[in-house]
Amino acid sequence: MEKIKNVYELAQLKDKYQKEFEEIKLRVLVCAGTGCVAGGSLDVFAEFKRLIGEMGIDVDCELDHEDSCAKGVKVAKSGCHGFCAQGPLVRIEPADILYTHVKVADVEEIVKETLLKGNVVERLTYTNPMTGEKFAKEHEIPFYKKQLRRALANCGTIDPESLEEYIAHEGYNGLGNALIKTPEEVINDVLASGLRGRGGGGFPTGKKWQFTRIAEGDKKYIICNGDEGDPGAFMDRSVLEGDPHRVVEGMAIAGYAVGADEGYIYVRAEYPMAIKRLKIAIKEAEEAGLLGENILGTNFNFSLHIKEGAGAFVCGEETALIASIEGKRGMPNPKPPFPANKGLYGCPTVINNVETFANVPMILNKGVEYFRSVGVPNNPGTKTFALTGQVANTGLIEVPMGTTLREIVFDIGGGILGNRKYKAVQIGGPSGGCLTEDHLDIQLDFDSLKTVGAMIGSGGLVVMDEKTCIVEVARFFMNFTQNESCGKCVLCREGTKRMLEILEKIVNGKGTTEDLDLLTELGETIKDGSLCGLGKTAPNPVLTTMKYFKEEYLHHVENKICDAKVCAALKVYQVNPSKCKGCTRCARVCPVGAISGKVKEVHSIDVLKCIKCGACASSCAFDAIEEV
Amino acid sequence: MTSSSVPKAQRSFEKVNEIVRKYEAKQSALIPILQEVQEEYRYLPEEILTYVATALDISPATVYGVATFYAQFSLDPKGKYVISVCDGTACHVRNSSPVLNAIKKKVNLPDGKKTTDDLRFTIQTVSCLGACGLAPVVVINEKVYGQMTPEAIELILDQLMKEEGDN
Repeated sequence: MEKIKNVYELAQLKDKYQKEFEEIKLRVLVCAGTGCVAGGSLDVFAEFKRLIGEMGIDVDCELDHEDSCAKGVKVAKSGCHGFCAQGPLVRIEPADILYTHVKVADVEEIVKETLLKGNVVERLTYTNPMTGEKFAKEHEIPFYKKQLRRALANCGTIDPESLEEYIAHEGYNGLGNALIKTPEEVINDVLASGLRGRGGGGFPTGKKWQFTRIAEGDKKYIICNGDEGDPGAFMDRSVLEGDPHRVVEGMAIAGYAVGADEGYIYVRAEYPMAIKRLKIAIKEAEEAGLLGENILGTNFNFSLHIKEGAGAFVCGEETALIASIEGKRGMPNPKPPFPANKGLYGCPTVINNVETFANVPMILNKGVEYFRSVGVPNNPGTKTFALTGQVANTGLIEVPMGTTLREIVFDIGGGILGNRKYKAVQIGGPSGGCLTEDHLDIQLDFDSLKTVGAMIGSGGLVVMDEKTCIVEVARFFMNFTQNESCGKCVLCREGTKRMLEILEKIVNGKGTTEDLDLLTELGETIKDGSLCGLGKTAPNPVLTTMKYFKEEYLHHVENKICDAKVCAALKVYQVNPSKCKGCTRCARVCPVGAISGKVKEVHSIDVLKCIKCGACASSCAFDAIEEV
Repeated sequence: MTSSSVPKAQRSFEKVNEIVRKYEAKQSALIPILQEVQEEYRYLPEEILTYVATALDISPATVYGVATFYAQFSLDPKGKYVISVCDGTACHVRNSSPVLNAIKKKVNLPDGKKTTDDLRFTIQTVSCLGACGLAPVVVINEKVYGQMTPEAIELILDQLMKEEGDN
């Protein structure tokens, strides 16, 4: 694309691309997010192109070709539609049809029936696993119906590798609007919008910008934190893969507002597709004069670099991330000084999360009021969540702040798999907390969650059902944080190790009641004695589960019973009296003499002596020994 | 590292030089330099770490410190196929452990090791691959396999070993 000279030219381009975009009669969008690609969506995409070409349908005209596709069909790869478990997904616009689990062999039927005749291929539409109800139109599917996709508006709708499509969807309009304001006005807009950092803490974004703006220094930096290390969260990945220009635009606006001319996007190396699409987006933006020098004919200069992370969870902490960009071990530093005063290479630095930047263009483009029109007081706007675990519809969702957990799990998520009982949701990954049945009606926003000891964190929601052992999950998180502790603070380094040991003891059936007190004490101490967010929040999963599932912990240590029957060491073998013939075989094979009983009488197992080896069960000819 | 696969004398530093030059020997580029070195050699040989330290004018301890801090870097040779089993929360609650065990068994991974003796397979767990909607997930080199079961991964490995045999 040629350099866009000024804001007016950008507006003209938008009109032109929009018009061209509207003229496309049919668009076939094949999801090319990581999830669907894994399911073979790229082959589906190739098959569409091949078949449509073969059949001579006017197709695949690029948007930037003049007088092109007045009657065409466009096949495009899109970013993540969010409904990952149903992939590969194919969406037909403007008919709003969504096909799920599409395979190469299905393409011919879609082309013949839907593209040529306008019929819906029933068997490929979404079926509600609970009710068997079928939905052809995407917006009617319960998973989408309750969502409000704003930050994700373009994800799955546009081709992430096309700047033209982004511009056609009012892309870079926010930057254009920002550049005709003063930097202070831009900051005031962001302040007035009430946007709070989507990375977890919920700090007002406008304030961060203001601090950086007034900090002394000629050189300032913008950093986008895309080190999404929380297991169970993938919203940053989806935004970067599905709408990379939005993040680039948000960062450029921030650069203008605080007076920075350089920015870094820190992305996990585990997200190769996000890195690839960002590289394309940055190159396109540079060519179009939306990055680089004299952006849109003004004297604002801004350049962007990508930094690939090398795998360290603690780098999600801002001071550690800065150390990592500088080429050092990613260990956190004490705050203050805050990055706003002394950040990258000692210069004032704004560091925001991917989703935060993705919200910024909307505020400048559609206005503060639009942004504030949803959400709850003090927590305006929307929030994306990664909904995973034992729920029927897993995927990436976006809802207004303040939506209740019940709406998310049961309406959008479609309830628990296999109609089992809801147990808890782990929110915010290893630093978050768990929400029980009592919390189902809690509003998900920064302030409400704080009152129950949880936090939004990165926005991962892992749903657990009655078959999940809460103690084992706590052990799992502790294992994670213990591995990821950078080792700087003694309490975090050693304390998480000790907590993990105790939890392992408990799931192995060797825990005592005193261990529970020790866990609480250690947890509180680690929170107090750690420098960064990792240590301060590492005990959260243990502390909150101990608070809400005390019974389950007590069962583990006192009765040596795992209610969910997950912990192998706590399995209990019992003799079913109606099946036992009293053959004495089990008593003979038991290596510890835990089975007693007379010949031809029902035997019994001494639970305290039993070592759970299972020898009795496998030797019994009558299946009389059962695991409970 | 006495038993590295290529004798020291034969190792050429040409490629390393090229990588260091590309980043203008900047100290802040240490991580991308190590990433490219690892891509070239599949691991970070010790003598190359020392070489990079000299080229960047920093202490070998600093380079070693960075190389051991990040999970991505390996000081031992990695196998031809790197199999990453996701053990993020979503995958964990959807039973990733049996999948991991099935892989270990299939490729005959010795206890306590990450790479098979013939340097064909490296098995590692990762915290999250961001494909939670497909849990549990396994990635072999760069290809993502979703909704895995012990049976499914066995078929994939069979196929892989067969192709390997054909070559």
